[in-house]
Amino acid sequence: MARDMSDKEILKMELDQLKKEVNTPRSAVSKNCADTIAFVEGLMPNDPLIKGVPDDKNPYKGDKGGCTIT
Amino acid sequence: MCDQTFMAATFGPCDSCGKASPLMNIYIKSEAINYCSFCVEMMACQQLQKGETLQSLKKESDSLKKKLEEERGKLNDVELHQVAEKVEVLSSLSIKTRRVLKGHGNKVLCVDWCKDKRRLVSSSQDGKAIVWDAFTLNKEHGVTLPCTWVMACAYAPSGCAVACGGLDNKCSVVPLSLDKNENLAAKKKSVAMHTNYVSGCTFTNSDMQLLTSSGDGTCALWDVESGQLLQSFHGHTADVLSLDLAPSETGNTFVSGGCDMKANVWDMRSGQNIQSFESHESDINCVRYYPSGDAFASASDDATCRFYDLRADREVAVYQKDSVIFGASSVDFSLSGRLLFAGYNDYTINVWDVLKGTRVSILFGHENRVSRVRVSPDGTALCSASWDNTLRIWA
Repeated sequence: MARDMSDKEILKMELDQLKKEVNTPRSAVSKNCADTIAFVEGLMPNDPLIKGVPDDKNPYKGDKGGCTIT
Repeated sequence: MCDQTFMAATFGPCDSCGKASPLMNIYIKSEAINYCSFCVEMMACQQLQKGETLQSLKKESDSLKKKLEEERGKLNDVELHQVAEKVEVLSSLSIKTRRVLKGHGNKVLCVDWCKDKRRLVSSSQDGKAIVWDAFTLNKEHGVTLPCTWVMACAYAPSGCAVACGGLDNKCSVVPLSLDKNENLAAKKKSVAMHTNYVSGCTFTNSDMQLLTSSGDGTCALWDVESGQLLQSFHGHTADVLSLDLAPSETGNTFVSGGCDMKANVWDMRSGQNIQSFESHESDINCVRYYPSGDAFASASDDATCRFYDLRADREVAVYQKDSVIFGASSVDFSLSGRLLFAGYNDYTINVWDVLKGTRVSILFGHENRVSRVRVSPDGTALCSASWDNTLRIWA
């Protein structure tokens, strides 16, 4: 557990992790952002919170009529 | 007259600590080392390699961090909101409170939706977990746990069980029974055992495995049937406050965030920390994967939410405003990934445009901190849990 480790052990652990990470394969931000945007635009027409759902289909909106008391 | 003499051949700055003192000339593997006697003893006792001290480790760590920044910086050719300039601006949203779920006796700390898109489980400081039907406001099940502050709860993918955990250092799975008279707490099974509080839990793709995060700085994967620890994940240097599983069917990675201001991405099978992101300035309260699985967002006490792209291995957007000064406790994305809902300690929920980086809307209604926000599985509604003892459904 982290709180039982001495400072030296924590630094060693961080160092080992950094050594591994420097070699991670990376791709350009512009390409990834373009992919993200394409993904969002593909799904946006179907997003109920953005487009809204017609009241009769939405289980949360509107009162399904009141109740009659006889 | 007695002169005190030292058995010292040289006097000068120590190679290790830099202080000027009598040096002991020793040879390690035929290399001359000039350390002061204190450093020689330290070296012998702590079994450090030659030249390794706290300072040298720190220096190496800092230089590697700089190199990592450089490598990441090389690929940072553009900002997300610049690429998104061509995207249409969002029209104003008509999201309002549609339901208020009252029933908890104290702060509601966590909420999770069921895959059937209408049921929710919520857990509270009063030690209870309640299963609600969001359409009818019916309370279907209630489980009383022996501890207060149930900080984490999760619905099983099958909808037949819920998991909850908190200050009892355990995460327990409770099978939900349709029999109204049955005492659910009797069937409760302790699955996860940590040495500190459980801050987050989630089922993996099946009811059989449970992933938990804990204040003891580790995350762990457990087998529900046997309670056995399948894999543990070490790497955080402080409490882990949140975790989220990657969305794909075959996904076997998850992201965790904690009080050490780091968000780490882990491989579930090997237990390895694959990527690590340290750009927040305070505790990370919540992490959430993007619907595409290639990015994630985090919410922090530094009043910002940040968006990280996993393939570019860097932060690509920061959602902040000068007027937003309270910490963010929770984030979730809308179905398409265009909106980011973030709950804050100033009782509001801010809705951010993920691509443009601007705030689209503010949702008011809660009378105390918002502790968790969750979008329903089909994206039709947002549920928020708050310290004002209620949950609100927004649609």
